[in-house]
Amino acid sequence: MNGYGGSILRVNLTEGKITRLPTPADVIRDYIGGRGFGAYFLYHEVPAHADPLGPENKLIISTGPLSGLMIPGAGKCDFSTKSPLTGGYAGSSLGGLFTAEMKYAGIDSIILEGISPKPVYLFIDDRKAELRDASEYWGKGSITVERMFKEQLGEEFQVAVIGPGGENLVSYASINHDYGREAGRGGVGAVMGSKRLKAIVLHGTQSVQVADLAGYRQAGMALFKACKDSDGLKPWQDYGTTIVTSWCDEVGALPTRNFSAGSFEGGPTLYGPVMREQIVITDKGCFGCPSPCGKYSRMKRYGSTVEGPEYETIGMLGSNLGIADIQDVAQANLLCDELGIDTISAGSAIGWAMECFEKGILTLEDTGGLELRFGNVPAVFELLQAIAKRQGLGALLSQGVKAAAKQVGKGSEKFAIHVKGMEQSAYATHNATAMLLAYMTCDVGAHHNRSWAITYDLQVGRELVVPEKVARIIWLQDFRPMFDVFGTCRLQWVELGIDRELYVPALAAVTGVQRSWEELEMVGARIWNLNRMFWIRENEGFGREWDLPAPRFYEEAPKTGVTAGQITRLEDVHKLLDMYYEQRGWSSNGIPTPATLEKLGLAELAQTL
Amino acid sequence: MRLYADSSKCCGCSACLVACSLNLFEENNPKKAALRVVPHFPEPGNYELKVCTQCGECAQVCPTGAIQRNERGAYFVDAALCDLCGACETVCPEGVMFVVPEMSEHSWKCDLCGDCVLVCGMNVLWIAEPSTQAA
Repeated sequence: MNGYGGSILRVNLTEGKITRLPTPADVIRDYIGGRGFGAYFLYHEVPAHADPLGPENKLIISTGPLSGLMIPGAGKCDFSTKSPLTGGYAGSSLGGLFTAEMKYAGIDSIILEGISPKPVYLFIDDRKAELRDASEYWGKGSITVERMFKEQLGEEFQVAVIGPGGENLVSYASINHDYGREAGRGGVGAVMGSKRLKAIVLHGTQSVQVADLAGYRQAGMALFKACKDSDGLKPWQDYGTTIVTSWCDEVGALPTRNFSAGSFEGGPTLYGPVMREQIVITDKGCFGCPSPCGKYSRMKRYGSTVEGPEYETIGMLGSNLGIADIQDVAQANLLCDELGIDTISAGSAIGWAMECFEKGILTLEDTGGLELRFGNVPAVFELLQAIAKRQGLGALLSQGVKAAAKQVGKGSEKFAIHVKGMEQSAYATHNATAMLLAYMTCDVGAHHNRSWAITYDLQVGRELVVPEKVARIIWLQDFRPMFDVFGTCRLQWVELGIDRELYVPALAAVTGVQRSWEELEMVGARIWNLNRMFWIRENEGFGREWDLPAPRFYEEAPKTGVTAGQITRLEDVHKLLDMYYEQRGWSSNGIPTPATLEKLGLAELAQTL
Repeated sequence: MRLYADSSKCCGCSACLVACSLNLFEENNPKKAALRVVPHFPEPGNYELKVCTQCGECAQVCPTGAIQRNERGAYFVDAALCDLCGACETVCPEGVMFVVPEMSEHSWKCDLCGDCVLVCGMNVLWIAEPSTQAA
């Protein structure tokens, strides 16, 4: 199997049984790898209406055919599961060195199923795989445990580990790796915790075959050359994702005080150059990355180090909480990493709670005496701990903003910033219709990475509600996630602007199968529709209402900043959906039609409608 | 000529390792590379990149004459002559002479092909005359 590890490692935690079978050829043909494998195995193996935290749910961890090879950014690993946060599909991407190690251990997917009677970790060393007692690690933080494993087994082992957040089933618990890389979104860490699996440690030394060695080396080198020749390389190496912080602030896309505005008066002290100068000590890349966005930072005031913060974290734990100091944000980032919770959802949950407190919906009694006002840094640190331990107010917030707002009520649902239960990541979408639609229709909930269109809004006119905008979103949704299928990073295309055609000969030489971007986008659309069908299957009454954004983006214009007074009307939100459904070949309620499914090779799913 | 590395710029991505294994073995396998990336995390939080300085100590102790110089002035391993005795590995001051019988029937080291330099986006690696470098 050229380009593949060649096997699926199935781990039944209930029985403690591990099997290794060849990767099915038809799944490779139709879904290629990575996110495609995750979506396929999730839909076909997890029974309908499974409890996300029960034994029937599975956590599927997948490499792609380019993972670990001489291809720029070949360090992406997909974690797919039924989300305890949303009740729908979750697919979270992890960077670092894990995916390469998995590939070199001969594994394309690890499928975790069942529930272990006691805490264990999965040990993999090439062909050897076993479950081992994890009692000495259980209860400890993710960074602490990763260090323990490295000291016990050696630096060449790669570790994916949950923190207390995952153990305690926080709905947005993360899986952590390489001291600061996370599969952060959708609660994949809670699913791992529900299975009482503390960590996966692995080591691989097997060579990976490719179909055409000379062609692959040439295509790989051409990709690296294109990256190194790019004008965008140096700034991206210097600032990584934080290159956008100042831009977002200037255009009103920086989430501020629970997304009540998109510009922050304290923004300038969070900008990329300030962070670089004040705290960054090392650039830290994922496997094969010529343009590392990872920045390793030292916070002198706290005597600590952290990987990050990335832009998303700066937005959600900085401006969104009214915090203007980069060291404070970085320290909150470190707490989230060690505790094993997603910085985006945690920032949103705390932002919502702060707004509740300032509006009198939550009182000192509810907060356990915390003066939960925007900008209160010690309160944020305390709440992060409480969320991971699910204590006091933290227990409420650990469920995510949708569930928390439903419980608290009193109008707080209006400013719970989520789609389908997933907290919106760090782009404020007041009067930015393309990015708003991207969040509304994203297959995991309000996440940006499928379709990042905020710059496109600014290019073509942020208020426009036109078919071209919708077509752009659909194209991005079908195309960009293909990098997660390959097991590589999309940012060389997005940020360095390299020609995506360069990947075509690389993929062909590696796998021996020639696929044009047209064909690849068809695979992207197949995965998109399969995931949509998963949502429909798992949730009674799923339809248009589920695609609506937080009311804040159509009912309540910001009072300050560059987007003050700007809003997208609900009527236009529905117009966006009408156009989107039509272009997707879905019904007016957002359900794929049998004809659409058939066109994408998903005819058998039509019978479930 | 020899390979130089500025570890302070290394981001740990390991692209150099795959490029190296492709040159030495025509295989994708970072474990079969002739450089080493040594991470130091979470503290102090940096990478150390170990590369061959072409000092030649391995060649001096090789009892079978398997380590010879190529046209680039680099010491390389003649696979047919290596008997995996391990003498070279013991004396290598940088820890970049590799003798791993379960992975290769001969020892391996940097032969100065330069592919690692081509894939390094951070300009960590370069090849130069030692005299130029000292100046």
